[in-house]
Amino acid sequence: MAKSPNENQKPGFFRRLWRGFTTPSARYSSGALLVVGVFAGVIFWGGFNWAMEATNTEAFCISCHEMRDNVYEEYTETIHYNNRTGVRAVCADCHVPKEWIHKVVRKIRATNELYHHFMGSIDTKEKFNAKRLELAELVWASMKATDSRECRNCHDFESMDLEKQETRSADRHEEGFDDGKTCIDCHKGIAHKLPKGAYDEKEKAETGVQVPQSAKETAKAMQAYLKKDGQ
Amino acid sequence: MRKMLMLAAALMIGGLTWSVPGIADVMSLRGDKALDAKATAPDRRRQVTDDEGFKRDWKEQPPLIPHKIDKDQVTLDVNTCMRCHGPDTYKEENAPKVADSHFIAADGTKMETLNMRRYFCSQCHVPQLDAKPLVDNTFKSN
Repeated sequence: MAKSPNENQKPGFFRRLWRGFTTPSARYSSGALLVVGVFAGVIFWGGFNWAMEATNTEAFCISCHEMRDNVYEEYTETIHYNNRTGVRAVCADCHVPKEWIHKVVRKIRATNELYHHFMGSIDTKEKFNAKRLELAELVWASMKATDSRECRNCHDFESMDLEKQETRSADRHEEGFDDGKTCIDCHKGIAHKLPKGAYDEKEKAETGVQVPQSAKETAKAMQAYLKKDGQ
Repeated sequence: MRKMLMLAAALMIGGLTWSVPGIADVMSLRGDKALDAKATAPDRRRQVTDDEGFKRDWKEQPPLIPHKIDKDQVTLDVNTCMRCHGPDTYKEENAPKVADSHFIAADGTKMETLNMRRYFCSQCHVPQLDAKPLVDNTFKSN
């Protein structure tokens, strides 16, 4: 067998790394490697989740002035911040999914928000208000698409006692359940101020804001899928 | 002349100090409390709601609001009262319709949208608390 020309040369960095990775250890016992591996795993995995949870705190959300001065300020006057029993919902309770995989997807999407923060897309009240309808439509579309999943983490139809509600609310809830409506269909703007054209199609057209078609279409498709699934 | 001025000034200052006890005699809405003392907190009240709605006490009374309005928004951008009480939606929502008079402009012409003078609903239409009137009155409803 002919010698390959680079037999005597030192293998490249990645090749050495791969060899080190695949050859059995001659120095450390399997037990020691296992124990160290498990501990390192716990620390890295725990650290990853800790960091992800840290980005779910209210303090993290309002460390950007876009959030603090606009949506957060409005939310402090609403029932999810200030209420009879003192139970609170923070930003992430409504805007970040609880299930791990959906949470990671949302966190990856949030990098787009970082980009726009540094671009200063909504760094003034005027810019924010001009964009508000579009941003709100996106949130509504995603809530509709998931059948208001984040609302239902706390507000479960099954546990809702209509007898304890005001007659007016109970009647409308019953109607809504029968029509297959989801929370966000009626409960828009419960934690933030509503933008112009939130309910009025004519006004929406006047604002000239282009509602992203893709988000709407995704919502429609998701809704059809959920219906087919018997939900 | 100078003496006269001095006298006038002395009289004015005297008059001011003399009238100070007179101010304390007036009972303000916050009660007989020193300005740096805390005012007495008003009694806690709950809102009264009614499924059928409240009856009017006189013909021209703006109907009272028999439900909670904490979550409603009347801002420059939206008026969520009109989601149910608007002319296009009231039937479906089974709610009382906003009166036609609210669509008439100051010059008497009919308007397509709510007259801005009528836009802020809670200026006339108000919710009710379970509070007794602060003063007696002899009004009889017709």
